[in-house]
Amino acid sequence: MSENPVIEYKAKDFASDQEVRWCPGCGDYAILKAVQKTMPAIGVAKEDIVFVSGIGCSSRFPYYMDTYGFHSIHGRAPAIATGVKLANPKLSVWQITGDGDALAIGGNHFIHVLRRNVDINILLFNNRIYGLTKGQFSPTTSLGHKTKTSPQGSIDNPFNPGELALGARAQFFARIEDINPRGMTEIFIEAAKHKGTSLVEILQNCVIFNDKVFAEWTAKDVKAENFLRVEHGKPMIFGKENNKGLVQKGFKLEVVVIGENGVSEDDIVVHDAHEEDITLHLMLVNLQMPMVTGIIRSVEHESFNDRMEEQIEQVRATTKFKTMDDLLSSGETWEIK
Amino acid sequence: MQYLWLNEALKLRMKKTKVTELDKVVVKFVGDSGDGMQLTGTQFAGTSAFLGNDIATFPDYPAEIRAPQGTVAGVSGFQVHIGKSQIHTPGDASDVLVAMNAAALKAHIYSVSKGNTIIVDTDSFKRKDWEKAGYTEDPLESQDLKNYNMVKAPITTMTKKALEGIGLDNKSITRSKNMFALGIVYWLFNRPMDYTQRFLKGKFGKKEMVLEGNLKALKAGYHFAETIEALPSSFTVLPSDMAKGTYKSIMGNEATAWGFLAASEKSGIQLFLGSYPITPATDILQEVAKHRHFGAKSFQAEDEIAGVSAAIGASFAGNLGVTTTSGPGLALKAEALGLAIMTELPLVVVNVQRGGPSTGLPTKTEQSDLLQALYGRNGESPLVVMATRSPGDCFDMAYMASKIAMEHVTPVILLSDGYVANGSQPWRIKKMADLEDINPYMVKKGEDSEAYQVYQRDEKSLARKWAIPGIPGFEHRIGGLEKDALSGNVSYDPENHEIMVKTREEKVARVADFIPELELEGAQKGDLLIVGWGGTYGTLLTAGEEVKAGNRVGLAHFNYIKPLPKNTVDVFSRFKKIVVCELNNGQFIKYLQGELPQFDYVGYNKIQGLPFSTTELTLKFNEILNDLK
Repeated sequence: MSENPVIEYKAKDFASDQEVRWCPGCGDYAILKAVQKTMPAIGVAKEDIVFVSGIGCSSRFPYYMDTYGFHSIHGRAPAIATGVKLANPKLSVWQITGDGDALAIGGNHFIHVLRRNVDINILLFNNRIYGLTKGQFSPTTSLGHKTKTSPQGSIDNPFNPGELALGARAQFFARIEDINPRGMTEIFIEAAKHKGTSLVEILQNCVIFNDKVFAEWTAKDVKAENFLRVEHGKPMIFGKENNKGLVQKGFKLEVVVIGENGVSEDDIVVHDAHEEDITLHLMLVNLQMPMVTGIIRSVEHESFNDRMEEQIEQVRATTKFKTMDDLLSSGETWEIK
Repeated sequence: MQYLWLNEALKLRMKKTKVTELDKVVVKFVGDSGDGMQLTGTQFAGTSAFLGNDIATFPDYPAEIRAPQGTVAGVSGFQVHIGKSQIHTPGDASDVLVAMNAAALKAHIYSVSKGNTIIVDTDSFKRKDWEKAGYTEDPLESQDLKNYNMVKAPITTMTKKALEGIGLDNKSITRSKNMFALGIVYWLFNRPMDYTQRFLKGKFGKKEMVLEGNLKALKAGYHFAETIEALPSSFTVLPSDMAKGTYKSIMGNEATAWGFLAASEKSGIQLFLGSYPITPATDILQEVAKHRHFGAKSFQAEDEIAGVSAAIGASFAGNLGVTTTSGPGLALKAEALGLAIMTELPLVVVNVQRGGPSTGLPTKTEQSDLLQALYGRNGESPLVVMATRSPGDCFDMAYMASKIAMEHVTPVILLSDGYVANGSQPWRIKKMADLEDINPYMVKKGEDSEAYQVYQRDEKSLARKWAIPGIPGFEHRIGGLEKDALSGNVSYDPENHEIMVKTREEKVARVADFIPELELEGAQKGDLLIVGWGGTYGTLLTAGEEVKAGNRVGLAHFNYIKPLPKNTVDVFSRFKKIVVCELNNGQFIKYLQGELPQFDYVGYNKIQGLPFSTTELTLKFNEILNDLK
């Protein structure tokens, strides 16, 4: 992939000289660490990596990475990243975004980059709030949630980013919580490997304006009971005792306890991330309790940038215009003497 | 060779038949927007250019693709000006009007002077037709038309007869009537049919019946004209005295696309065009899309903002990022342009202007986006603004805009307009070897990165060096936040901000050291200086030539607007009076009053979605000149 020789890196090789300026306790610190840990594992030379972001707390991210980086404008990072990737398909392009940046102001670019399947990796920091503008509801804020612009409770229906992404034909969707550093690194590496747009939703805690928004799932005592980490080819089993699982009933997934009511491990649905049909993946992203993490969908489709390169090669082979002079003198011409 | 042969044949025919020689002639084809008038006009223009005439064309079509048939709103027109001497405009009044129905006649009769020829398809002048067009009586019977040389031809009926029995369906037969009309005009102007015959074979080669129908209709029209007595004689316009060389006919938008492709080849930097379809700019995207073989990447984005953003991303990664649009689209791109200004990346934005504000007049021409181009962004946000003056000039300006963008590492806005973009003219083919070199100011692989500072500048141009991903040692971060004047790191320092604002302004101002001086045509000093910019060039030049007798009149036409050419003050100071002519409510004049307040300017403005006519300009100039006496 990389056009330059890859040397052996350490995570700290990717830390820039800029002072990190997120609020103390922000989930973004853990994500930054996980990304810096990911970089040495993806086999790409540092100069061939580009981080692109929009606007928001998360979008300051590129300044902290010692790679090429572009902190752009609100919502437009998918379009900028598309331009970067098309201009030089050998680059490893990462887009950092938040729930406001990706799903509100940049909603249009978000769905279209997924539809086209441009080979970039999108890390969506979802904290269900506007942080940089100090606490207004976002497109993922729950109904009824009180914020500065919804003092009586939000009356806005939220998006589920995974559901939106699958509807926009995302071929790689994963979800992970910011308190799971190992999980993040594992998933980021897989996202990098995947050809086509890889979208990772990170449940990120905003310690100042939306603290404990995911506590229902992330609190120490409930974590194992309320998160289900899926893996391709493995039964969907979770719980402290590893005795809970999902079975399909009609068009729904239902939680059952193995060993109760005659349920055995064989009854538990086995995850298929590579299935072309999105039905199972949609059920998984929409499940609220437990919340599903891990790689929910990963299907290989030809990327937009590969198609572009192929088309260039194809027309090059057959064109009668080898140089601009050929084109300039083409068509009906006449001589004036 | 072929040209010479045709010419000999033409002279031979002139001896045999009654042929009147003309210096120039304006022919206008008008009909329903589905009648194929654009194609008919293009063919007449192409044939004439091929014969060595100078030409200028102007399409005039409705915004609706198929407005209600037979109504004035649905009339589409194509005007062709051909001449023996050099032609600078598509012409004012028509010498010949071909009207395919009553609505077309109603909409365009204003453009025909009394005594000139009008050819009508009488089959489309039934009661229901002229009522639909808004006439209260049969126009063909009215007194008004007595003063014209009327050629009343049942074009539809005759086309049907000519195509009887070839097995073509009724709809396709009716569609061929434009070729019948073209046949009439070809005879009338002594044009050979082979240019169009070749074109039809290329277009319908695989649809044999349609091809046969079109060829037959063309010939039938030609023979009809030869036979009827309504046309007492035919005319010809002999080849023009244009500079020696190989020519082809080129459209403005096509030339713009080719200018970018040429700049890409010359500089060795791949072209990336990120655009969203919008009238009248779409042709540029379509043209670039045809040329993937040059490595040119056309990207049809999901909206205007994505188009420019992708272009900026591509520029960051080392391509020549270009985006094309029209007025409303430029408004949408404003924020992204600010980003390109802040990050100091090469970018070219083409704005093919149309009537505004809002959706305005999408298919009509106007020059009303100048102030938007100059100032339409938040903050102090200078960029280079240029304008193209004619279809052929689009090639040169697109090329120069790319050169400036890459050598000065800055965004550039190139203003075109509907008139220039859709017009065509004979273009002397350029050789790549003759074009100026382009040397992008960028970091090369292997360059020493030790002392690299992201916002360090070239002493002369003040450009910062373009360092693209893939080059080791130059990893850096840029963005929309204010930059430290040297390192490029985010800086909120008050003094640094002021320095940066002034530096960005100065950087654009210094482009003046690298662009050509303003050319002064006509009198080199004297009474009246005509000032214009962009697509009005041809008309201003023609009008200027018409009033020069006995007067000292000069023309200063601007391709470069921001910065102004260095000799602008010198040129302006040589004349008693300066008249600034624009197709807007006075935008360039405001800019000039701000930049060069030492001069007095008079404005002459037209805001009708139409180009200037030579006549109205001549009147205005004479009025000013008389006042001076």
